[in-house]
Amino acid sequence: MDHQFQLPGSYKKWTYGLIAVGVAALIYGFIMFHPLEHGHHGQHVESTRFWAVLLQNSAFFLLVVNAAMFFICVTTMAMAGWVVAFRRVSEAISSVVPILGVLTFIILMAIVFGGRTDIYHWLDKEAVANDHILNGKKGFLNPTFFSIWSFLTIFLWWFLGKKMRSLSLKSDKEGHMDYETGKKWVWNNTVWASLYCVVFTLTVASTIPWLWLMSIDAHWYSTMYSWYTFASTFVSGMSLIALFVIYLKNRGQLAYVTDEHLHDLGKFMFAFSVFWTYLWFSQYMLIWYSNQPEETKYFVERIGTATKAGPYKAIFFLNLILNFLCPLLILMKKGSKRNWTLVTVMAVLIIFGHWIDFFQMVMPGTVHEHYGIGFFEIGTACLFIGLIMWGTGNYLSKHSLLAKNHPFLKESMIHHT
Amino acid sequence: MAGGIKKFVVGSFDDEKVLFPAVKNVRKAGYKIHDVYTPFPVHGLDHAMGIRETSLHTAGFIYAITGTTTALTFMSWVFTKDWPLNIGGKPHFALPAWIPITFELTVLFSAVGMVLTFCYLCNLAPFVKKHHFHPRATDDLFVMAIECTDKTNDAEVQAFLQSAGAQEVNVQMAETGWWIGRYHKEQKLYKEEKGY
Repeated sequence: MDHQFQLPGSYKKWTYGLIAVGVAALIYGFIMFHPLEHGHHGQHVESTRFWAVLLQNSAFFLLVVNAAMFFICVTTMAMAGWVVAFRRVSEAISSVVPILGVLTFIILMAIVFGGRTDIYHWLDKEAVANDHILNGKKGFLNPTFFSIWSFLTIFLWWFLGKKMRSLSLKSDKEGHMDYETGKKWVWNNTVWASLYCVVFTLTVASTIPWLWLMSIDAHWYSTMYSWYTFASTFVSGMSLIALFVIYLKNRGQLAYVTDEHLHDLGKFMFAFSVFWTYLWFSQYMLIWYSNQPEETKYFVERIGTATKAGPYKAIFFLNLILNFLCPLLILMKKGSKRNWTLVTVMAVLIIFGHWIDFFQMVMPGTVHEHYGIGFFEIGTACLFIGLIMWGTGNYLSKHSLLAKNHPFLKESMIHHT
Repeated sequence: MAGGIKKFVVGSFDDEKVLFPAVKNVRKAGYKIHDVYTPFPVHGLDHAMGIRETSLHTAGFIYAITGTTTALTFMSWVFTKDWPLNIGGKPHFALPAWIPITFELTVLFSAVGMVLTFCYLCNLAPFVKKHHFHPRATDDLFVMAIECTDKTNDAEVQAFLQSAGAQEVNVQMAETGWWIGRYHKEQKLYKEEKGY
């Protein structure tokens, strides 16, 4: 059987279309929002908006594609067999990490070395010197550490991900593995996967959300924040994998992927939506309960107080409906997790929902009430989606869609939930 | 006990590979399989036997929302109507503080409810003696029991099972009912389906 995928013309058309829209949005933003002006306390709020939108989109989409590699590594360490039938799809998505990584790094460096104190308040040396709290965080929140750690992080995601992908691709060329070679190969995978997971813990599950996103509200902190970000991007990553699997299945590819595999992908989307809600709620309730002004400030900026509604109230609760209520009620039934159309709709909804989640994480601390979701915001998202489609499509059409010599392939073929 | 004594033709198989075609052929021939007793859960056997999908999860969902409503209505009644207390200056209707308890009651209701329902569906209760068709069904044999009616020619069924690969075949009389009537497992009539 042929497991080679030819990218159809419609796929390419959509990819280049989205990228074109994205580039147009960037040019539009560059002309309209004067991104080089220095935004400060209400002046040139549009230039702040320009950088905040770029930060939101690049951080979100980079973490989403990176989640695909995390999924591979975790399942490798758990010796999971069922994922092998569509493993190449997750690999393809993770191959976008270097593309988005470079883009994100450029944006972050432009913000940090462009002295965008409107995005990261801790860049303001004078403010830091006179501020007890910011002064205390100086050792962590400073341009040098920020740039070096961001660079190292993106490099390690790319390097370890590349290693995992090349191990998988190498197995295609080497022919059928006997028991001993297979064992050695699986062990080799496990070692690299565990290294990746260690790096993942030190970056996505802790420092990176603190640096890139939580430091926007530099006075505030939450111990839930990184897990929350992880849950958000992981569930979106699983949805993205499901979308590509369904797309390829509709194109007559991935012969060994059945309802059973989709059912398990649906379970991931369902379970991690609930996990996200658990963290969302834990973060909210602890702050609500202890009721300390420096902590509640974060939510006052978003939902407001009992007497005055905040500017993000609608988005804040929309977030909860999209990312909790909808997945909970719709994906609960076995039948809906096996319904290809419904899973597609839910995957799109979940990715959009978490994009909105990142929006309300970044915007209140940067542009305050002057936010908007217009051509620039949507266009920038299109750019990143287009890039993801471009990178993923390249990988999918270049390599066999089936890791045909993977020792667990048979287990995946007969997978039964 | 409701249900009464019924006659069963019992065949034991020592291999899954023999059992599956046997199940298929028995159903195809129009006999009614009472149940197949296996030493471990066999994937796909329920499907092969034509048993309809369980509704245990629907019951679970209903128990769960009962738990949710119980928790929320009770707490809001207590804290807003019956005995309002000022706790840390929070509003009387302190929804965030109730969520963990609501969650716990949801889980408790669905878990306990589903366990009890499961016991009912499997005719399990304390002090209820169950008929064992073959003691080795819990060890290494797959035991198929075929229900007979007045019109069934049991010699014919025995011969049929023998030809289907059964190791041992015999006829047994067994009590089928239990304390609140028998739960009848619905079975779909045999038809050719892909995959099995």
